[in-house]
Parts: sequence; structure tokens; C-alpha cells
Amino acid sequence: MSEKKFSKKHEWVAVEGDIATIGITKHATEMLGDIVFVEVPEKGKVVEQNGQAAVVESTKAASDVYSPISGEVIENNASIVDDPSSVNSDPEGVSWFFKIKIKNNSELDNLMSKTDYDKFVAENPN
Amino acid sequence: MQIQKTNLYNYHKNLGAKFVSFAGYEMPIQYSEGIVKEHISTRTYAGFFDVSHMGQFYISGENIEDALEKIIPTDLKGLKENQSKYSFLLNDKGGVIDDLIITRREKGFCIILNAGCKENDIKQISKQLNDNHKFHLCTQTSLIALQGPKSAEILENYVKGVSSLKFMQGGTFDFINEKIYVTRSGYTGEDGFEIAVLNTQAELLLKKLIESKVKPIGLGARDTLRLEAGLCLYGHELNEEINPIEANLKWAIGKKRREEGGFNGWEKIKENLEKGSLKLRVGILPEGKIIAREGAKIFSTDDKEIGVVTSGTFGPSVNVPVAMGYVNSSYSEIGTKIKLEVRGKKHEAKVAVLPFYKKSYAR
Repeated sequence: MSEKKFSKKHEWVAVEGDIATIGITKHATEMLGDIVFVEVPEKGKVVEQNGQAAVVESTKAASDVYSPISGEVIENNASIVDDPSSVNSDPEGVSWFFKIKIKNNSELDNLMSKTDYDKFVAENPN
Repeated sequence: MQIQKTNLYNYHKNLGAKFVSFAGYEMPIQYSEGIVKEHISTRTYAGFFDVSHMGQFYISGENIEDALEKIIPTDLKGLKENQSKYSFLLNDKGGVIDDLIITRREKGFCIILNAGCKENDIKQISKQLNDNHKFHLCTQTSLIALQGPKSAEILENYVKGVSSLKFMQGGTFDFINEKIYVTRSGYTGEDGFEIAVLNTQAELLLKKLIESKVKPIGLGARDTLRLEAGLCLYGHELNEEINPIEANLKWAIGKKRREEGGFNGWEKIKENLEKGSLKLRVGILPEGKIIAREGAKIFSTDDKEIGVVTSGTFGPSVNVPVAMGYVNSSYSEIGTKIKLEVRGKKHEAKVAVLPFYKKSYAR
């Protein structure tokens, strides 16, 4: 799997061939607090770059999760729907949200490296 | 308007608080452990809350009961010294200007008002007063709520005698070399106390509580706790367009006042009592995991719009989503099947008994 890339809306993307795995960052979970509800996109759903794709709710509020790149959903992670708190414990590992078949590889160029993302977070803490 | 801070702001900061602005104050929404752990700590052990943003309003003078009874529908003449009641300020239409806790003190009354309402409350109360009446908003004392099943045992170690207080009863006690006023009350559905302590001693009290392993609790858990307990939050379940009968708070008015009236909006309230009100506050349990938040529309099973959610979250102790809202009275019976619209989709739910979480108070 390639190195993760990151969006300004705090999602991560990991690419393997023409498949991308997408989730939310550790920083996102820290801002959200205790996650108590997750909604993931259905298999077959077509998501647009920066389009709303999933929902994550903490005790405080509901937030949309956007897809950093376009594609068709080929798999979603049912285990985070069953146990939303697992997103808090391992957001950048087992608690990925969904996988898509990448439509346009060049969209990946707009995303940040880990170093750039960490810098972005440090400059924009909220 | 300039954002205000309570006397304990820096203390919260050192405890790792994250702040939000709430009712004009910079207040802790949570500390490092997060809302769910704070909630559970309060339910299983004890937690403290800085509620110093709330108004501590003292009022006294000749026939003060008569003046206050025009705007507060509680039997104040029958309220004994050091007894507290939950009540409200009412407008001419019987709508709720604010909800409050009123305690008869040695001289007059102390009224605890919501932070966001307190300025307007004082204006509205002033209209009922004459030159013989005196009032002030106390800023010399911090207000600390200690809530949870271990509260009495813990506070007794530092404030001798408090554990003998009954629910909704208060008294003056010694703390170090000063006097503090403590009532056995709170807004979490747990046993607990509200403590008015001199600003200069507030940190010391919190340090003692922390030594006894009491956790600091923010507004986030305060909201999930009060919602599980089925308690109203002003601006959500209550506002000037809603009367206490609609809010299912008939019990807070008391039989004598309900029958005799003589307070703002009584005609409207009497009419609601006799004929029933068009809408009612109810508890709502969604069928699945979906969380219906404030503003979510409520539908009947045949898709008629019948109401709106006023508060909704995930209840950490009941371990399911919970909500409160207003529905047309014909749909208010416990068990009635309803639908909640969340993100454009309708989800099954039912009208449920309040509170969602029940605990017995010391009586």
C-alpha cells in the first residue's frame, strides 16, 4: 500500500492499485470527541471528489465525511457501524470508512503528504 | 458583547478543559477524558461542575412573596426556610421566560437563573417590585455542582453535616473558616449538591474533591446527563412560546397555585389544564442507532408531520440514542410509533417514558 495522503477536511486516503481506502484522521477524532454513530456509503454508490460520503456523530454533533477523491464505493466497514467508538481508538488503521475504485488518479495530486498535513493541522488547530 | 469567564477559568484550563462559548461565557465543554467517560464517572462515582455562569439572584423585602408569586407560579408563601423548588418565570401568555430553582433563605429568597437569561430575568422580576424590595446578583461566590452516587459520602468529609440534607433542602455549613451554603439538588438525575462557596475558596474546594477522585465534568456531559434524566434545557425544551403544561411540568406549579391562579398567564394555563394542550413534550427512543437532534421533524406512521425534536444525543448510560421533543397531543401516549426525519430519511421511533435513566434521590 502506498503512503497515506491527507485532505484539508481531515480525511486520509491509502492507494493500492486502482483501489483507495478512505478514513478520518486521528486529529479529526480528537476534535470530534467520543464517536457514537457512523453511517457509511452503500456499495455501488458513486462519490464525487469533496462530496459528502459518510456521517460521523459524537455526543456533541453530527459531521459529514467527504470523499477526498471520486470513485465508486466497492466496500464499506460495517464494524465501525456496529462499534462507533472503534473509530476513536484506531482511526488511521482498522477503522477505515470505505473503499472506492478510483476514477481519476490525478485527483490524488491535490492531497497532502503526512508532513504537510501535520503542518496544516499545527497551523489550523481548529 | 464581551465574552465572560468564571472565577475558575484558569483552574479549568490547568485541568485540560476544552472551552466553548455558552450563554456569553467561555465554559469547559469537556476535559481530557471526554464526554462519555465524564458522564459515566458522574453516574457511577461523582463529578463536579462549575456552574458559576448561572445567576445567583438574591431578593428580599416586605411582602416579597406577593411580588414574586405574580411571575413565579410556585406556592412561595408555603415554602419553608431552606426549602427549594423548581419553577419558572412566566410571561402574560403563560410562556416560560426562564426555568429556575428558588430557595427560601433566612431573609427572602435565592433564585438560580440560567446564564443566558439572567439579564432579562432581572428586568422581568423588577417589574413586579417596589421600593421596599432589595435584590442583587451575587458575584462573590462560585457555584459548584457535585453530582453522583458518592457525592454525600465525599462532601461530608469536608463539610460536616451536609449528608443529612434531604433532596431540595439547603443549609449553611462550615468550610475551613468560612460559611458556605449547600443545597441537595442538581440537574443530572443523580443525588448531589449545589454549593455556593466564596470565590477565594472555590479552588480549595475543588482541590479537595479532586483528592477524593471526583472528576471535573464539562457542559457536554452535563447535557447528556440531563437529557437521560428527562430534564428540560432552556432554549431547547423551553422558551417564551411554550407553557409549563405543554412542557409536561404541571407538577412544578403545585395544586394550590393551579387552582387559585394570580400569576402571569394563568388563564392560558387554566385553559390548557381543562381542555388539554395541543402539543406535549415527550421522550423519544429511536429504534436503531440513529441520533435525531434538535430540529429533526417528527412524523406519524402515515407520514403526517406531528412535531419536532428539541434535544437529542446518544445516552452513554442507557447505551442507546435518546431524544425529547414536542408532538401533537394525540400522539403523546407512551409507546406510540412515530418517525424521525434525519438527513432526508425517515427512521422508526417511539414515544417513551421519561426519564430514560432513573435513580432515587435522598428523601
